[in-house]
Amino acid sequence: MTPLALKYSTLRVEGRAAAWEYPNLCCRREREREREAKMCGRSRVTWEGCSVLLDINDGDRLVFARLSPAAKLKIGNKNCSLQPLIGRAFGTLFQVETAPEGPFLSPAQVNPEELRDAEVNAESRDNRALLDNNTAQSLTGEDIETMRRQGARGNEIVEALIANSATFEKKTSFSQEKYRLKKQKKYAPKVLMRRPAARSICEAYFKKYPSKIGFLRVDTLSLLLSMANVSSNFDVLVVDMVGGLLTGAVAERLGGTGFVCNSYFGQAPYSMDIVRIFNLSDEIFKRILRSPISDLLTQNESPEQILKHDACNVESQSNDQISASASMEELSHSSENGISDLGADITEPAIEVRKAPKAGERAQKEIINSWKENGFSSLIIAAPELDTWTLVRDLLPLLANSAPFAIYHQYLQPLATCMHNLQLGKMAIGLQITEPWLREYQVLPSRTHPCMQMSAFGGYILSGTKICST
Amino acid sequence: MVARQGKIKQTLWVLFVPSLSPLRKPFLLWHKDLKTHKMLAIDPAKKLSFNRSISNGDLVIVYERHDNMKAITVSEASVLQNRFGVFKHSDWIGKPFGSKVFSNKGGFVYLLAPTAELWTLVLSHRTQILYIADISFVVMYLEIVPGCLVLESGTGSGSLTTSLARAVAPTGHVYTFDFHEQRAGSARDDFERTGLSSLVTVGVRDIQGEGFPDEFTGMADAVFLDLPQPWLTIPSAAKMLKQDGTLCSFSPCIEQVQRSSEVLRTSFTDIRTFEVLLRTYEVREEKLQNIQGNGDGFNGSLPCKRKQCSDGGNVITSPISSVVARPCGEARGHTGYLTFARLKCLL
Repeated sequence: MTPLALKYSTLRVEGRAAAWEYPNLCCRREREREREAKMCGRSRVTWEGCSVLLDINDGDRLVFARLSPAAKLKIGNKNCSLQPLIGRAFGTLFQVETAPEGPFLSPAQVNPEELRDAEVNAESRDNRALLDNNTAQSLTGEDIETMRRQGARGNEIVEALIANSATFEKKTSFSQEKYRLKKQKKYAPKVLMRRPAARSICEAYFKKYPSKIGFLRVDTLSLLLSMANVSSNFDVLVVDMVGGLLTGAVAERLGGTGFVCNSYFGQAPYSMDIVRIFNLSDEIFKRILRSPISDLLTQNESPEQILKHDACNVESQSNDQISASASMEELSHSSENGISDLGADITEPAIEVRKAPKAGERAQKEIINSWKENGFSSLIIAAPELDTWTLVRDLLPLLANSAPFAIYHQYLQPLATCMHNLQLGKMAIGLQITEPWLREYQVLPSRTHPCMQMSAFGGYILSGTKICST
Repeated sequence: MVARQGKIKQTLWVLFVPSLSPLRKPFLLWHKDLKTHKMLAIDPAKKLSFNRSISNGDLVIVYERHDNMKAITVSEASVLQNRFGVFKHSDWIGKPFGSKVFSNKGGFVYLLAPTAELWTLVLSHRTQILYIADISFVVMYLEIVPGCLVLESGTGSGSLTTSLARAVAPTGHVYTFDFHEQRAGSARDDFERTGLSSLVTVGVRDIQGEGFPDEFTGMADAVFLDLPQPWLTIPSAAKMLKQDGTLCSFSPCIEQVQRSSEVLRTSFTDIRTFEVLLRTYEVREEKLQNIQGNGDGFNGSLPCKRKQCSDGGNVITSPISSVVARPCGEARGHTGYLTFARLKCLL
């Protein structure tokens, strides 16, 4: 009892120390943010209202959250405030600790890693004597509960489980490691606070909800950005039916220069919810504009038409407001049914809908006219639900000559047809359909091999360069 | 191009001097450079547009076929000679990028604005280079965005460097190092040619032996290593990186990956190794022979298609054409392993 009580007091002191440090961190954060303002608000440290990706137990559960003192997240059976995450560096690992006031998240040290080569080679143990009869563990559920009530840390419970396992010593070092990891996940869950960037957002969605991003894998997304030559000061035309992932990724690359024109058919813009997950600065958000494709395709108008158009604009602007509020609802609704939580078991919505920065304002006449006059610098399409060829046929003339384009599809045939038609129409050169292949490796001493599971398919890309029509 | 006689020996202080310094290039020429078309639109007024036409001094990519391209700096008095005939540069001036231009014999090529991807296909190989699949993945996985400071070694032929520069533009910078002085010089010439000099600084240094220069301690957002013994440089790379900064090491052999990963474990986390490849597809219109009759009892393996005529229920007997696609027979089977890691956060 005494050592545990002692631990309590140290914990509380630690907690207070964190609170003391906090204003200091705030200053540092401010300075840091100012300094890095040019870097698309890529602060190294989180702030209130910041969006984060919480990676729980090494990818078992992935949660996008917006940090606020009131935000809470349920981890295992404990409800933890996200307050301690504010003002901390991205990449910090947290652990659930218990205090009299309840469980809280506390920064944890990353475990120093494991086995030596020599140990592995000297391995002589094996599993011939292991019997799966459920008697190896002498600690009962009640014992563990008692420990918890007495304030034992997760790691202490894991150690107790190991100490009370009759078979642990007989296991090979590999399976000892596996055992420890399994128990750690249950009794001492770890939360890694990641920066939400195109990479981590794409990976998280691909892992948990691939259909929401049209099965667009991270390497495929990276190729789209390269093949379309997305670079600073470019005006990039996108058709994004992958939830805003593409729009966000392009905006991130433009870093507050140029424009992303998120275009759509008909009246209702496609969902762009994922853009909010990126921590894009206001400067970058302002560079994301929306436009119906019909507005881009009409010829520059005579004054009369402009007048008429203006009347339309007023109307459509009010429409926009409606759709903006609708998408707010959609987000809060989606966080209820677990889109923000890419795991399965959340009960408390982690994303608080607060005043989200403005993104995707409707493109004004002036900018549309300048696009028509100069042409877009590149085009990226990820619209699995639209006919590729007709879409490309209509949009390609909007591109400046010699501008590259990249079209994503999860099926090959629409791209093959499109490529064939582009060739026949002599509209583009350097046409190529590519399919990326990505394999991850487990690299460990004496245990290096390709990972047992891999994604077998990341989609197809048709890329090329628009040429002058003769 | 101005021949750079008496090459300045690259010492560290040079790293911080903009490489377009008037000391190294006559001002007039420098001024002219601002007007010519280069790879990136660092100045928004220079971006590609319908109204942007080719002028003297522009860098263009001459496209013969998808597997045959060449980078050429337009010079009024010059000609391009290839198997299609003689092309006068003076004919190109004033034409928009993306134009088809003709030779004296009526042969033609296309003139394209340079991009990092096209540059990778036309640059002169002084070393083995990285290609688009690895390049794209590296840039995204290292989370390189405008404003980042990136360290790279070795420079090699500058294929990856060109894409890194594009990703950090307009406010970031790439410091790239190669221990081969002549190679570094050629790379520097290339970056001037492609208009990236303000974004890239090439240093001559044996990074594997000496580590990165101390000036960069705690300043790098990302470090990229393409070295024979990357594990020797990892401690220095860790020192250069900002908190939570990213590192990538490219190695062709798994033994290199093994050793690097072991060293990475001391100060890095999130260590992951990938291999990324591309499969390309051939697309063509095939005339597929139709099988006469209703096919009862037919059990052949010939490619067959049946189609109902719109005007009746008859079976078409003429060949049917359809657009088909299949993977190309040959592909690059291996380039290298990409090992990524993130600097551990110290509490």
